[in-house]
Amino acid sequence: MIQQPGTSGLVLNEALLWDKSRDGRCAISLPKQDVDRATLDDSLTGDIPDLPQLSELDVVRHYTRLSQWNFGVDTGMYPLGSCTMKYNPKTNEVQAARKGFAEAHPLAGDEFSQGSLKLMYNLERYLAELTGFEAVTLQPAAGAHGELTGMLMMHAYFAKKGKQRSKIIIPDTAHGTNPASAALCGFEPINVKSGPDGILDPETIAAVMDEDTAGIMVTNPNTLGLFESNIKKIADIVHSKGGLVYGDGANMNAIMGIVKPGEIGIDVLHLNLHKTFSTPHGGGGPGSGPVAVGKRLEPFLPVPRVVKELDSYKFITDCPETIGKIHTFYGHFGIMVRAYAYILSMGAKGLLDTSRLAVLSANYIKESLKGTLNLPYDRPCMHECVFNDEIQQKNHITTVDMAKRLLDYGFHPPTIYFPLVVHGAFMVEPTESESKEDIDQFIDAVKAIAKEAKEDPEKLRKAPFLTKVTRLDEVTAARKPCLKG
Amino acid sequence: MRYLPHTKEDIETMLKVAGVSSIDDLFLSIPDDLKTKDGIDIPEGLSEWELDTHMEELASANIASKNYKYFIGAGSYDHYIPAIIPYLISRSEFMTAYTPYQPEVSQGTLQGIYEFQTMITQLLGMDVATASHYDCGTALAEAALIALKKNKKSNKIAVSALTHPSHRQIIQTYISPSGYEIVEIPYTKEGLTDINALKDMDDIAGIAIQSPNFFGNIEDLKTFKVVADEKKILFITSFTEALAYGLLKNPGSFGADLVAGEGQSLGISKSFGGPGLGLLAGTKKQMRNLPGRYIGKTKDANGKEGFVLTLATREQHIKREKASSNICSNNGLNAMVAAMYLATVGKIGIREIAQQNHDKAMYLKKTLEKAGFESVFDTPFFNEFILKAPAGFKQKRIGLIKNKYIFAGICLDPFYPELKGHYLFCATETVSKNDIDQLAKEVQ
Repeated sequence: MIQQPGTSGLVLNEALLWDKSRDGRCAISLPKQDVDRATLDDSLTGDIPDLPQLSELDVVRHYTRLSQWNFGVDTGMYPLGSCTMKYNPKTNEVQAARKGFAEAHPLAGDEFSQGSLKLMYNLERYLAELTGFEAVTLQPAAGAHGELTGMLMMHAYFAKKGKQRSKIIIPDTAHGTNPASAALCGFEPINVKSGPDGILDPETIAAVMDEDTAGIMVTNPNTLGLFESNIKKIADIVHSKGGLVYGDGANMNAIMGIVKPGEIGIDVLHLNLHKTFSTPHGGGGPGSGPVAVGKRLEPFLPVPRVVKELDSYKFITDCPETIGKIHTFYGHFGIMVRAYAYILSMGAKGLLDTSRLAVLSANYIKESLKGTLNLPYDRPCMHECVFNDEIQQKNHITTVDMAKRLLDYGFHPPTIYFPLVVHGAFMVEPTESESKEDIDQFIDAVKAIAKEAKEDPEKLRKAPFLTKVTRLDEVTAARKPCLKG
Repeated sequence: MRYLPHTKEDIETMLKVAGVSSIDDLFLSIPDDLKTKDGIDIPEGLSEWELDTHMEELASANIASKNYKYFIGAGSYDHYIPAIIPYLISRSEFMTAYTPYQPEVSQGTLQGIYEFQTMITQLLGMDVATASHYDCGTALAEAALIALKKNKKSNKIAVSALTHPSHRQIIQTYISPSGYEIVEIPYTKEGLTDINALKDMDDIAGIAIQSPNFFGNIEDLKTFKVVADEKKILFITSFTEALAYGLLKNPGSFGADLVAGEGQSLGISKSFGGPGLGLLAGTKKQMRNLPGRYIGKTKDANGKEGFVLTLATREQHIKREKASSNICSNNGLNAMVAAMYLATVGKIGIREIAQQNHDKAMYLKKTLEKAGFESVFDTPFFNEFILKAPAGFKQKRIGLIKNKYIFAGICLDPFYPELKGHYLFCATETVSKNDIDQLAKEVQ
């Protein structure tokens, strides 16, 4: 067996900030007071917030120790399905930290922000080119925010047509945010099942699509890692009833340079810069969720929009049909810088290779683990593959037990219990960044765990053993919430 | 390409295992007519050093690359960022982790955000704070939706005209598809939200007041709470300058039900407006209505203390279309930055920095008045204020930026057409007395 990365080492305990606090300490050199003290009326001033009092080294140690309790992509393989945990290039951080970007004030004025505007303009063009659409907005702050933006635009489109629609079709392989985003726009989700082969059957859509339905939200490739081969037929059905097709582009990492969603009947698509375009997830954000649209929806894009005139760039807000603003300024510019640096570093060929290798690695894992784990949909996958715990259930071992045991082996577990359409799902997305050796270690670890499931199931149920804490009591955490110290 | 590890041999072996003869074969499930014919028209990849050159060229086309002085705020503030903050936040265990769905290997993020939630409740005097939102505008829109959804009788939310103009637009964008409306509460000649106008408004589901307001003026939140109670509706407050609450009475002490705020001032770079940090806090009663993630304290199977994501049953991945919001990713890394900042400045630093912001702004106002600017409001303010500019300032201001990199005020014409020739000035701890005197000399 290949030597696994997981081992135990010294991890230091670290108290909560306020338990370390001692009156009189302060970790900042306060700026000099060079003007007179101006007092505010007592009725306006309040008690000083009871923040901890620490020295600079206290703060440094605190966060250094905390960081060591975390597992990131830089620590090891992070094969979370549908999350595209690829390598986050370090040069991207250097680019975003340049003074001219990091210290740019959003209201400095177009004339004095030409670098930011040009970057945004170029990034919009590149994303439009990659997706096959006319126009892009970079304003949405996250994937779900992009979905909401897309739904708002669909809502505005039907409002302009003079007849609002009340429903939207959402397949069972959609991301959880899809129905929530649609509901915010008053669309009632009509849930449809994918076919026995894991993809949508056009007839299912034809049966529910009517003139009160705004359209469909499709994730393609879907969350089973399968390409919706019937997408064009489905789009034709939706369009024939006057509806629109929303594409969730969270899984764009599988098809860059191969399929352009704008060319296959999709009307509006969001991307996740923090998935496909390598910006860090940051332990939950900030991300960025640009939305691409064709000519039909372009008038509804949020404002301001970036335009180029001769050799200079400016924001325009004079767009009468716009849905308005969805972010205080222009979206997560710092994230855009990173994604732009990534696209420029990869180039057209690099992006195409990325998708090809991401798909190759997923298929390699699928074939290597087929038999060890049950594979409910046995067909060529895109960038991710979905197994489940059917084989291990015989020993009363579930997906969560295997996931927790993987931690001991030094891997972040795959996405578990999603998509909902697969019972006990174990969804693996290696991404193109992982080398064959790392993937082989992962495959070996899963095989070893499957063996343990037969031979020592009790051990799996108690895993993990090497982490700082073991399984946590989430039930009590939710029943008696303690959200502050 | 240096990010792609696959060797030729790797590819061959992997293809063999996958049971196909070429990578193209893996894409056979995509019908040929759906594949793009044109390839992608994006330039050839750059080396790291070519990229540096290109990016520096762009960055230096922003005037922020120069030795600037900002006398502007309006939702994005120039503050000192201690060196330890960018240093610590670039620890890649924080930066390259996903949402802490596997708590056993995410205790760093989890404890850090739990501490963040705690310090935000202390700053705002509220019972609970979420693990963050995108920005103040989107957090405020969510707060407005909570008030509207809760109130079955009314479909209107009263929002102060002195709420950041972008935030009012975001609320509009978020609520209008559901048939809800904003009614704007006008402002008085003191530069404060007109409470009398509010009293006359019937049939509203909630009140949203920004303090310090967009003009920098400090609202009397107590009086708005009284009106909210009389009308039996939710009282929402917001703010764009988090450091104000190092000095001012916090919204909790005035009985706010929900507070939405911008946390960019807490150690986060301006970055052309984002990512900032949406703060969202509430009373205990509102805990289950607030959207987004929470971190809670619990114990592991061995009785050891630890932290987990909790109360997730409100969220979209479980409740789907019945969720309180569609939010999934938030601005977690910036929440961590804010926690680091609050721990760094601490109890002593936050008051002193806030006080210095007030001192500098008072001095700037006095100095500009002496230089020919006209005072507009005689109302207490925090680090921002409005002045009417003397004739010819509009051109002078552009010249100042071009030649001296000094940003003197934001023109209010586009936001409040009735305030033609008025400018919103800001002073923080980053401008010295000398900078202010210099500015006065230039604009005289």
